[in-house]
Amino acid sequence: MKITLKLYATLGDYLPANAFENTASIDVDGSVTPNTLIDKYRVPRELAHLVLINGVYCAQPERDSAVLKEGDTLAIWPPVAGG
Amino acid sequence: MAWAKKILRVNLTDGSIASEPLNMEWAQAYLGQRGLATRYLVEEVDPKCDPLGADNKVIMATGPLTGTMASTGGRYSVITKSPLTGTVACSNSGGFIGAEMKMAGWDMIIFEGKAASPVYLHVENDNAKLLPADQLWGKSVWETDELIHKIHQDPQIRIACIGRAAEAGCLYSAVINDLHRAAGRSGVGAVLASKNLKAVAVRGTLGVGNIKDPKRFMQSTGEQKQVLAENAVTGQGLPAFGTQVLMNVINEIGAMPTRNMREVKFEGAHKISAEAMAEPRKSDSKPNLTTNAGCFACTIACGRISTIDKGHFSVENKPQYWGNSGGLEYEAAWALGSDTGIDDLDALTYANFLCNEDGFDPISFGATVAAAMEMFEQGVITTEDTGGIEFKFGSAEALCKAAEITAAGEGFGKDLGMGSKRMCEKYGRPELSMTVKGQEFPAYDPRGIQGMGLTYATSNRGACHLRSYTVASEVLGIPEKTDPLATEGKPGLVKAFQDATAAFDSSGLCIFTSFAWTLDNVAPQLDASCEGDWTAERLVEVGERIWNLERDFNNKAGFTAKDDTLPKRFFTEPANTGPAEGKVSGVEQMLPEYYDLRGWTPDGEVTTQTRDRLDLPS
Ligand code: SF4
Repeated sequence: MKITLKLYATLGDYLPANAFENTASIDVDGSVTPNTLIDKYRVPRELAHLVLINGVYCAQPERDSAVLKEGDTLAIWPPVAGG
Repeated sequence: MAWAKKILRVNLTDGSIASEPLNMEWAQAYLGQRGLATRYLVEEVDPKCDPLGADNKVIMATGPLTGTMASTGGRYSVITKSPLTGTVACSNSGGFIGAEMKMAGWDMIIFEGKAASPVYLHVENDNAKLLPADQLWGKSVWETDELIHKIHQDPQIRIACIGRAAEAGCLYSAVINDLHRAAGRSGVGAVLASKNLKAVAVRGTLGVGNIKDPKRFMQSTGEQKQVLAENAVTGQGLPAFGTQVLMNVINEIGAMPTRNMREVKFEGAHKISAEAMAEPRKSDSKPNLTTNAGCFACTIACGRISTIDKGHFSVENKPQYWGNSGGLEYEAAWALGSDTGIDDLDALTYANFLCNEDGFDPISFGATVAAAMEMFEQGVITTEDTGGIEFKFGSAEALCKAAEITAAGEGFGKDLGMGSKRMCEKYGRPELSMTVKGQEFPAYDPRGIQGMGLTYATSNRGACHLRSYTVASEVLGIPEKTDPLATEGKPGLVKAFQDATAAFDSSGLCIFTSFAWTLDNVAPQLDASCEGDWTAERLVEVGERIWNLERDFNNKAGFTAKDDTLPKRFFTEPANTGPAEGKVSGVEQMLPEYYDLRGWTPDGEVTTQTRDRLDLPS
């Protein structure tokens, strides 16, 4: 199934080659969680600070259990802030 | 140097200048900068006065840590009654002039009255003079800065001044210091213009002194710098990406106000984000972002310095804009970009340069352009009103032209300079103005981040993110994550942020330290440098006192609970997509609990009990 993976700020370096504007469309098999993809793309877990599934925050304890569906968007940032 | 314990009082009407001791009793109760200057304002200015009349006063104030070695200890604020909102105004700026004021030996400069003709104040330590500014009137901020440096033949002078926008009566004109740092919001520049005060030029060579316990202060500031360096946000995120890193975050959560806040996601967000600023452009292979920059004593350095492509339409044949200058912060990028539907990064940067060059607030300006665009789309205004400019959402050309005519106060630029409330009223569509108490919204949709709705409604200076930045908790998880769509618990969260922020803003430090520091990190630095015992608990109490003092001023100016609300749009037009889809703002449900927590009446008045508890002046 297809998932949209977005990695921002310094995490942009971990995106696959086909990424455009920090966004890549990826194909995954079976049941995947945020941590499956975080590990697959070698994003250091301690840098995966803000994790959003379709714009909704996914807290640390849910990152191994939240199952992504076809068409979901997983967006990840290191610790960032602004104002 | 903690407090210098001296105020410079400048009477512009009769030209007299006097030094007076700082009221140290008030300093113990209100700390400095925002709090202490508001205490003076409350004492000396009638809340009902005409903000642009001679009776209003304008105070430039430092905090006790301004000018010290504490990280970010370079802040100063401009405090007055706002011509945009009619409420108290307090606009905070970084750069270098705050520290220079303190090194010249002054905690504050209070300007009163009105000069008969344009003047500027030159301060060199104890020596302060009002000098004629006829030759500076009509000049931009950047020209004024250069001319004053030439006149005094001193490259070290620090200058805060107004540009042409303020002179033309722009109600959201700013006081710009050090070329591109701004006391940006609420129209404080217009108050200087109303007094014929063009600039304040300061040179201070008295250095740092008067620290209560220098050894402990050095140790404490060193430890706290370490905390900033080791924190991923203040140590890495902000210097690398600036505040602009939020563009994609806020868009992704569906709280990016778009096209005059009709929508909550902007399809062009990435093109105007921090990530895009760092990417080499196709046209000239150079990135928009040239480097980062820091204010005085800052170890974070979140500032953006940008360069526009020489071939970009906005700067073609205008070599004066080819060099690097102050680049986009998130708030400016949002207002100039997403709110107007424009995704041309260099066009936004050009408009931002003009905001600095002629001194006007990019948030209020961008939001006012957005309101004009919605009126244009609906046929309420036409090219006959706009002097031929097609105010279409997404038009970078319209934005650049709008910035030029607002800077100069020409044609439709006069309407834009009124701010969106007065402009929309003029054209019979007040509901299209996205303002609270007359001040334009910042970059967070109150349907998608519910705490920010309450923040805007209750902010003492009209819609503003810098009065309680609950985004930190609701989106970024600082200090802990809360649900942005929930209203439960938000009144307490907003109050806590409001009080803590008031303390930060009164210390001389930058609020961005609060991504890594709490008041527990600020208190030891104050305690080592200032008389009195300074604890985090005491700072919270000082913050609460300041908040109530400001509220009381506004109440006396005629504001009531009825003014603590949002534009109709946020109650009748639900978010159209994203996690907040179908949601409107729950501010009306949150307000009663908020008033209760504050110790106010259901009408939003400070009760006698609260007044006594906080020892507020009557
Ligand atoms: S964090 Fe940014 S705004 Fe604050 S003092 Fe440092 S450079 Fe200036």
